[in-house]
Amino acid sequence: MPSLKDLRNRINSVKATRKITKAMQMVAAAKLRRAQEAAEASRPYAERMDEVLANLAKGVANPEGASPLLVGTGKDETHLLVMMTAERGLCGGFNTNIAKLVRNDALRLLKEGKTVKILAVGRKGADNLKRDLGSKITDRHSLQGLKSIGFEQASTIADKIMSGFAAGEFDVCTMYFAQFESVISQKPTALQLIPAKLPEGTDADAEAANGGAVYEYEPEEDVILDQLLRRNIATQIFRGLLENAASEQGARMSAMDNATRNASDMIDSLTLSYNRQRQAQITKELIEIISGAEAL
Amino acid sequence: MAGTFKFELVSPERILMSVDAEQVIVPGSEGEFTVMAGHAPVVSSLLPGVIHVTTAKDKQAIFVRSGFAEVNAEALTILAERAFIVEEADPRQIDSELDAAKQALDDCDSDEARLHVNRAIEELKALVKS
Repeated sequence: MPSLKDLRNRINSVKATRKITKAMQMVAAAKLRRAQEAAEASRPYAERMDEVLANLAKGVANPEGASPLLVGTGKDETHLLVMMTAERGLCGGFNTNIAKLVRNDALRLLKEGKTVKILAVGRKGADNLKRDLGSKITDRHSLQGLKSIGFEQASTIADKIMSGFAAGEFDVCTMYFAQFESVISQKPTALQLIPAKLPEGTDADAEAANGGAVYEYEPEEDVILDQLLRRNIATQIFRGLLENAASEQGARMSAMDNATRNASDMIDSLTLSYNRQRQAQITKELIEIISGAEAL
Repeated sequence: MAGTFKFELVSPERILMSVDAEQVIVPGSEGEFTVMAGHAPVVSSLLPGVIHVTTAKDKQAIFVRSGFAEVNAEALTILAERAFIVEEADPRQIDSELDAAKQALDDCDSDEARLHVNRAIEELKALVKS
């Protein structure tokens, strides 16, 4: 049975913890709003890019001459998995969920006899995979100390991937990130970057918007398509980073909300047993005094 | 004037500008071209340079570093990786653009493109002085 003093100490320490988790939750909520705004603001660019790309890709007559970014290298041997996670923990299952998805896919590919390389963006995911897939992590990109995510970040990562692809280091590139659905739900998602998966359905929309007119291209169609595909990779990565940032804050917010609630519950039950014990002690002292008086 | 059309300048981070323009001069990779209402649909890549936007009220100059322009029946959309409005630019930004433009000059493969980038550099230098 802990003494009254022990209980008091424990209550105080849980109270301190609750203050911290509460503060973290509020910070995450503020950051989440900003991250969500950034993700929304980036959408028009990505949407336009998709439209133009879909239009262009449709017009490519012979797939053989097309850019390898669109049709692939014709092989399916080496896979590059771009894993995007956070730099910091304390955000519930966020990092673990992404890492789990990457691990499952990596193990599946390895079983099929493929070669797997992992590019880890953010420290936490790499830490998570270090034990079993550490040797597969070929490259890392740190997001440490960044206030907000800029397009330069995405460009740097995209350049890394592009030069790797040009050097024939891999055939297929897939990006893993958490799609932000709501504060309580972030879905780990895999998105294939190379060869590019173009959105379906936008074709008809784009055509409708354009009144069915045919575009002129400057420079040649395949040149511009190639340039656009390159840029599209950076855009997709940027989108992934922003979605991830919003997801991270959302996950942290709900995790910290839970932690705060748990701390409150704990304080309640500790206070209850503290009071009960205090009462028992008072009763005990009273009995001692009374029986002492009776004995006289 | 033949009327206006929608002009949108979009960077990855946000929509920088969305106005009804009368005339926009775009630094396309195969030469500058002017877009007015009813222009034929074109998709063109851009070289570093200045976009001149004329609206009913005023004129604005925007510097872009590479990107794409898409003209369709109703609108001109420019997807730019980096862009800033010339009047609001600060010197450091111009300096970094200047470096990037010089870099782009090395990558150019045709004389025309080189000529064009040179002009962008001249314009930037003029900005540095002013």
